[in-house]
Amino acid sequence: MLPAEQAAPSYLTDGNTLRSWLATHDHKRIAILYAVSITFFFFLGGIAAALIRLELATPAGDLMSADTYNKTFTFHGVVMVWFFLIPSIPNTLGNFLLPIMIGARDVAFPRLNLFSWYLYVAGGIFTVACLLLGGVDTGWTFYTPFSTMFSNSNVMLTVVGVFIVGFSSILTGLNFIVTIHTMRTTGMTWFRLPLFVWSMYGVSLVMLLATPVLAMTLALIAAERLLGVGIFDPALGGDPLLFQHFFWFYSHPAVYIMVLPAMGVVSELITAGVRRRIFGYRFMVYSIIGIAVIGFLVWGHHMFVAGQSMYASIVFSILSFIIAVPSAIKVFNWTATLYKGDIAFGAPMIYALGFVGLFMLGGLTGLFLAATALDVNLTDTYFVVAHFHYIMVGGSVMAYLGGIHFWWPKITGRMFSEAWARFAAILMFLGFNLTFFPQFLAGAEGMPRRYHQYPAEYGLLNILSSAGAVLLAASYLLPIGYFLWSLRFGERAGNDPWGAEGLEWTTSSPPPTHNFEAPPVVTEGPYAYTHP
Amino acid sequence: MNAHAPHTAEQFDDAAQQRDAATLGMWAFLATEVLFFGVLFAAYTVCRVIWPDAFASASRHTDLTLGGLETAILLTSSFTVALAVRDVQLGGRRLATGLLCGTAVLGLVFLAIHGFEYYHDYKAAVIPGIRYEEVGGFAAQERLFFFLYYVTTGFHALHVSVGVVVLLTMALRTHRAAFGPGYHTPLEVSALYWHLVDIVWIFVFPLYYQVGRA
Ligand SMILES: [Cu+2]
Repeated sequence: MLPAEQAAPSYLTDGNTLRSWLATHDHKRIAILYAVSITFFFFLGGIAAALIRLELATPAGDLMSADTYNKTFTFHGVVMVWFFLIPSIPNTLGNFLLPIMIGARDVAFPRLNLFSWYLYVAGGIFTVACLLLGGVDTGWTFYTPFSTMFSNSNVMLTVVGVFIVGFSSILTGLNFIVTIHTMRTTGMTWFRLPLFVWSMYGVSLVMLLATPVLAMTLALIAAERLLGVGIFDPALGGDPLLFQHFFWFYSHPAVYIMVLPAMGVVSELITAGVRRRIFGYRFMVYSIIGIAVIGFLVWGHHMFVAGQSMYASIVFSILSFIIAVPSAIKVFNWTATLYKGDIAFGAPMIYALGFVGLFMLGGLTGLFLAATALDVNLTDTYFVVAHFHYIMVGGSVMAYLGGIHFWWPKITGRMFSEAWARFAAILMFLGFNLTFFPQFLAGAEGMPRRYHQYPAEYGLLNILSSAGAVLLAASYLLPIGYFLWSLRFGERAGNDPWGAEGLEWTTSSPPPTHNFEAPPVVTEGPYAYTHP
Repeated sequence: MNAHAPHTAEQFDDAAQQRDAATLGMWAFLATEVLFFGVLFAAYTVCRVIWPDAFASASRHTDLTLGGLETAILLTSSFTVALAVRDVQLGGRRLATGLLCGTAVLGLVFLAIHGFEYYHDYKAAVIPGIRYEEVGGFAAQERLFFFLYYVTTGFHALHVSVGVVVLLTMALRTHRAAFGPGYHTPLEVSALYWHLVDIVWIFVFPLYYQVGRA
């Protein structure tokens, strides 16, 4: 080493050409690539959501035909699930933070990491093209035999697009698992890992083991449409329930792909906001692993009315109640961490608290749906729609944005406007509840999902929901504004603007290309705040 | 500062870490492969339970002799690739190169025999979607058997083809003395992959060629 060596340049200034970004192996730059592209897909899916809420503002089907409406909600679902929610936290915050949090220079397979992004982009462009040119009317679930025999829409090419993006997910999961196993720095033992890293471990297991099942199932659908054979078609001797088993074997754990990372983010936000150790660290770890594992055994709760055996339904119902236990442990432990604490209500903390509240409501209504008798009435109503939006939008998106705010100074080296950020966070919480709480009521009163018109008696609840969607849209657009502003005019952030603990706060903001000047050595557990 | 060994990528501290990462990465990848094929085996099981007679009669169309030959070839090839790895570990080069080329040739012979089987199926018109003629009482359900047979063996043959390319690459690198007792991780993980290809076939063969034949 030269004696008078300059401080290493930050990863943002290490190469300014387009090529230095598009051919980068730096996990931090790849995280930025993901962040930009998933934001693009988020707003695409958001436009579809806006159209849906606009159509449902009035009882009559006046904006679009039933057929167009079907294609619109399919577009919304496919884009939001596979091109925003699944990659959201793992591929942006996970990519950026995971190596830094364990004190590594990069992920184990940097080129594979970049390749995942290209797969994601290729799959995304291909799928969106299919959804726009011709469209798909099956819903994001592609239920057979409708999707294989009857739908005259672009099913085959769309499932190919989702198939491609599935590989991006698998490779990311593989990369993270290997990174966590083999790249931890000196002294970073398993039980000194921040909970965010543990959540990345849990989510990677799910990505790795569930996604191949979806990919192969979608390949079978494509083959059925191409060859006119019916593994999933009763008219040709096949079994349509088999499709649902395969599909939910992936798609229930997929919910945990969206929620486990959110839980990881929230654990970091809460401990930093109250400057305390997390309550019951080991229980938090075990509940992450518990959720990841039990999550594989509950898929049948999506099939209570599909003709599945009654005994299977009972077992799936019981298991679905059991998985609520580790989820509840997490909520209790966050609450205990906050209890009688000196809480700083910065924007990240507001998002985190919003997450806890909305996740609780989403989780508890999930128990309604896990009860077989109640589910018979609530299946395919707006109650289900509200429930999973509380988990996926209220939970995951709140946590994602909370995380983006929390680590923004680290990622960009700049501070954002705290006042605007708090305003956006509160607006999001209010807008979200106004949008989706009425849907619980509409669903409980029997309003079915996936229709473009409805009886006038549901009018009030739907107009409330559409009004809430306007607030929600505004709260999603606001951060774009003040974040862009901060890139240019924001105050410079020091290494640790929040006074938070964790390896990522010991390096400069933004970090140098290889993350640390010298490999850090870890001597204590995470969240080593001075107050007990 | 950068006292990196020639084969160690810059994100790793040392060769041992890189070796651990590559090996674990391959095992994780093989786990996903098991799940890919798992879907096909599960679909087979469900359809077989629903239509036992149709599946029994359809499975008589497959060629037990050729299937047995293919099994023997793949098992032998797993043996030769394992010998190649061992030889490199002991410092060998020429024998290992030969063994790797031999393994690749065995893979190609496997593919050739499979192609011959497919050609026979084509003549017998039992390829759903391409050339299929319904005969007998169970034709519609027999079609499910052949569909699954083609998806499974086709997907497996794709893996064999990739494996052959990988093996030939490894043979070339071994020939150029890229590996030795100290460094042979790529060779080792390639062999792992080849063993998986073999193991999958060990399940395909009894399910599609043997069960319910009598
Ligand atoms: Cu579920």
